[in-house]
Amino acid sequence: MTGLLSIRDLTVRYRRDGVEVPALRGVSLDVEAGERLAIIGESGSGKSTLALAIAGLLAESAKIGGRIEWFLPASAGATERRSSALGEIQQRPLLGRDIGVVFQDPSSSLDPVMQVGKQIAEVARAHLNLTWADAYAKAKTLLERVRLPDPTSALRAYPHQLSGGQKQRVAIAAAIAAGPGFLIADEATSALDTIVQAEIVTLIRRLVTEDGMTLLFISHDIALASTLADRIAVLRHGELVEIGEARRIVETPGHAYTRALLDAHLGLDAKPLLDPQGASA
Amino acid sequence: MSRLRRFLRTPEAIAGAIILASLVVMALAAPLLFPGDPQAIAGPALLPPFQDWSLPLGTDRLGRDVLAELFHGARTSLAVGLAAAAAALLIGALVGTLAGFAGGLVDEMLMRVTDAFQTVPSFLLALAFVSIVGPSLGAVVAAIALGAWTGPARVARAEVLSIRERDYVAGARVIGMHPLEIALREVLPNALPPVLALSSVIVAAAILTEAALSFLGLGDPNRVTWGGMIAEGRTVLRTAPYLSIVPGIALVLTVLGVYLAGEGVVESTAIRRSLS
Amino acid sequence: MTRALALLRRRLVGSVFVLLIVVIGGFLLLEAAPGDAVDAYVVSTGGDAGMIELLRHRWGLDQSELTRLANYLWALLHLDLGQSVSFSRPIRDVILERLPTTLMLMGSATALSFGLGSALGIYAGARPGSFRDRFLSIGSLALYAVPGFWFGLVLIVFFAVDLRWLPIGGIETIASAKTGLARAADIATHLVLPVSALGFIYLALYLRMMRAGMAEAWRQDFVLAARARGLPRGRIVLAHVARNALLSLVTMLGLQSAQMLGGSVVIESVFAVPGLGRLAQEAVAGRDTPLLLGIILVSAVFVIVINLLVDLAYALLDPRVGAGEVGA
Repeated sequence: MTGLLSIRDLTVRYRRDGVEVPALRGVSLDVEAGERLAIIGESGSGKSTLALAIAGLLAESAKIGGRIEWFLPASAGATERRSSALGEIQQRPLLGRDIGVVFQDPSSSLDPVMQVGKQIAEVARAHLNLTWADAYAKAKTLLERVRLPDPTSALRAYPHQLSGGQKQRVAIAAAIAAGPGFLIADEATSALDTIVQAEIVTLIRRLVTEDGMTLLFISHDIALASTLADRIAVLRHGELVEIGEARRIVETPGHAYTRALLDAHLGLDAKPLLDPQGASA
Repeated sequence: MSRLRRFLRTPEAIAGAIILASLVVMALAAPLLFPGDPQAIAGPALLPPFQDWSLPLGTDRLGRDVLAELFHGARTSLAVGLAAAAAALLIGALVGTLAGFAGGLVDEMLMRVTDAFQTVPSFLLALAFVSIVGPSLGAVVAAIALGAWTGPARVARAEVLSIRERDYVAGARVIGMHPLEIALREVLPNALPPVLALSSVIVAAAILTEAALSFLGLGDPNRVTWGGMIAEGRTVLRTAPYLSIVPGIALVLTVLGVYLAGEGVVESTAIRRSLS
Repeated sequence: MTRALALLRRRLVGSVFVLLIVVIGGFLLLEAAPGDAVDAYVVSTGGDAGMIELLRHRWGLDQSELTRLANYLWALLHLDLGQSVSFSRPIRDVILERLPTTLMLMGSATALSFGLGSALGIYAGARPGSFRDRFLSIGSLALYAVPGFWFGLVLIVFFAVDLRWLPIGGIETIASAKTGLARAADIATHLVLPVSALGFIYLALYLRMMRAGMAEAWRQDFVLAARARGLPRGRIVLAHVARNALLSLVTMLGLQSAQMLGGSVVIESVFAVPGLGRLAQEAVAGRDTPLLLGIILVSAVFVIVINLLVDLAYALLDPRVGAGEVGA
């Protein structure tokens, strides 16, 4: 496994109503190419901020310190050098082309007045230089990959005509349309019903395996994440509390906070957290 | 005091406040600085501005002092603007509250009437009203209010519909308050703030409408109005265009001042709401 | 399409009712006028008491109010708006003569204000808080404060008197007997200034609405998602942000039509354009209340029709309107 992403001492501060609020304090971690890393934390832990910082989507008013270094393979899309505004990020990957992001609320992450097929096609068109006809064909293929029923009519559907789970499938299709090597799922299942959650997790697992993507899975649900992740990182109040192999974290957590998170999930049903089929299938 | 400071935070609000303050001073000072009838002949006709310092802005077609007319015109514009807006807000708030509170058939009927008033272009309505009743200050104020009350009515009704369900209204009903009393004592005062937010827009529109009516010759003939000045200046547009241009600039600055001050108020209340 | 038709039918029923209120209100206004049609007629033509009584009887003005209202409504159903006192012609004919000019004026002015206004609004709203955004914001506010008739006069002074590029007023060069394309060009030159005067004021409105709409759209999550998908900024601004902001502008078109019709009264007066607005002013000057009422009725119908069309357009533009089922 080669290193893909190196984060050193990342600090992010927001300005809210004239007061500076720290969101991340000196977080350091590495991401290996092809691995599945889960970032776990409660609200206010900074996990979404970390995801946005990695993607380069933080608001311009956010103050960033530390380093985010990428080690992209030569086959990655065009990279650019940027400095100063984002601390120091060298060899920055392109959004959409190298990084795909799936957000929490599928109802608001899709443009309500544009057909979903077009929203997927425009991503393919923007990065892969396709004609609209080819882009729509690719969109249809993607809809089939994300298992949306009746892809042909789905292309012409508007977001409000789809269910929450279907919308999220569309959002995932748009995120991977240009074939990025790095997928960020920021609470991608948190707004969905439980059964649908499991379906989407399965979908993500399959897509990531099929395309050999590196996955960053952000969640507050350590149980859900453990079915998917190779490694788990725990964030609390903007600090990295613990990071390690998923199995090890779940069975023998090192930090008291991690233990508390796990305890909160063990109820009377007490089903094993790690599915016997394993998280790496 | 802090409310005033919050209001003055934006440069727009400060500019608006300065313009409005100047306008009020102009209006109040007019009879002091220019006593007597501003429509009386003060000098030779069509005297250009900056020639005679007792007539700084020159004279018009009949020899009237332009500066005096300008100051007295401010009184009319301000008076009509404020009176028409007050009337429109009052009528609108009452109708809207009644409609929202009564509900059912009364609400339907009142809303259809509101629709009717909104369908007819308000300027045509004002035109018809003044032409029938005769040109006077009161007629102009009423004519403008007839077209402007529908906005506040809708806002008031929307507010009332949401307030109606709240606890303190139910409480008032329980202790046996008469519905009309509840409507006027409990509901109306709480529905007012969003309605009042419309006031600057209504004042601005009223000033412009009054100017247009005066321009067409439908203003009060006994009063100096900026619109009337522009109409007068039109007859000598080729030779003395400034006679029409100057009152127009006064109008633009006045309305702009009202808008800016209004936006300032909206900004300051919005800031307050987001901080709390 | 059925969705749009159902909407249309519902609105049509409501509109008829509103129109009825306007008619009755107008009739009451007519009644409130001092003197009636006969008095006005006699003022210009002269006549003794006997003739007055005869005319009153002939024109049905000696009957009760309710009967007269019923007669008026009946006449309206036959599209008969009565007789103009100042023109001594059927009101319907007079109005129909002037209507096309006003429609041309208003149509062009709307196209100008909507087109240029929203384009500038997109330009400003593409970068909120930037210099051009603030500049256009203050500029549009100042423009909105300008009285239309005064702006028209300023345009006349500048372009017609000083520069002599454009004619001062009227709709075409008098007694020029041009036809076809030459006549169209002549009319067009005469319309440039009035359309500009009418259009530029409302341009400010559309600019501000588009700006506000875009500021609202920028805050939406789907914009962040669009950026995350790496879409080019231009595409985000136009295909997503502006497209969403457009909806609020379309609603404004309907509300604007009533205001612009009122605005055309003064503009047509300033530029001596023989349209409906000028006719209203002439009706006032000639104390021709029936004509004024007829103009008000026609205006109300016009506004209702425009609003219906706008609602239809909105239903077509916003796929969420009339939506029922959600997919399984």
